[in-house]
Amino acid sequence: MKWGVVVFPGSNCDRDTLWALGDELAQDASFIWHQEKSVEGYDAIVLPGGFSYGDYLRTGAIARFSPVMEAVEEFAQRGGLVLGICNGFQILLEAGLLPGAMLRNSSLQFRCHFLHIRVENEKTPFTLACKKGEVLRVPIAHNEGNYYADDATISSLAANGQIVFRYCDEHGAVTPEANPNGSMDSIAGICNEAGNVLGMMPHPERCSEAVLSSSDGAKIFRSAIKFWERG
Amino acid sequence: MYLASIHVTLKKSVLDPQGVTVKGALESLGFRTVSDVRVGKYFQVSLGAESEEAARAMVLDMCKKLLANPVIEQFDFDLEPGGAAK
Repeated sequence: MKWGVVVFPGSNCDRDTLWALGDELAQDASFIWHQEKSVEGYDAIVLPGGFSYGDYLRTGAIARFSPVMEAVEEFAQRGGLVLGICNGFQILLEAGLLPGAMLRNSSLQFRCHFLHIRVENEKTPFTLACKKGEVLRVPIAHNEGNYYADDATISSLAANGQIVFRYCDEHGAVTPEANPNGSMDSIAGICNEAGNVLGMMPHPERCSEAVLSSSDGAKIFRSAIKFWERG
Repeated sequence: MYLASIHVTLKKSVLDPQGVTVKGALESLGFRTVSDVRVGKYFQVSLGAESEEAARAMVLDMCKKLLANPVIEQFDFDLEPGGAAK
């Protein structure tokens, strides 16, 4: 399975992602510069975390027009696996590959710490190595993770099983206290209707090996590998 | 040349955490009659166009495509001949 990690000017989790995929999970993974016009030959694309284009205008708003994004959009429409992590999630929203938008954290604070998320849909290509309701310990690091969509969109996300992760406490209870950013419905990650595009605010690449105090993030990558190997 | 003055603000239906915080700060400074604060963005765009109508259409298009995110934001703008930012 060949993974591509897109590098935008200002990406800063690209190397962590490449490390998690290549060194930890023994995957064939390489960088894709944002000026590339093709993602031919890749089986999965990761839009990594960071501050693409300095977060100018809105998070992800400029990166979304990078040449590579047209190819990523086509790849996604053909059913290719696309994972957007943190800034990558914000880019997917701006590109319209996922519905909704990000607002500033309700606390107005940049939040950077470990927390818990609950797997709400274990049938997506990115969660099939998880159990339904499983609680993952993962870190977040963002200023704009306050997910917003109109009521009709939130209802359809819920009805279609597109809400993949919710913020929760260590026991799996979804409470206002466990929501770090004011995100609607405690949403931490959503997928598109087909399930092949996932956006999530927490960083699985920062918790993919025990030495990083949690290896729960590897389950996201392992799920995609399992999905791809099944064909 | 034309000068477009563009305001982008969060939609009324979207809570503005920055606005709420600024309102609180104003209240603590003694501005007790402040009932609402919305924080937004202001752009001055100088552009060339063949007519005011063409300039207006172009500004509308750039607002929709890039300057505002229609999911959370609304925009309005004024257009005047000239083109130099103030």
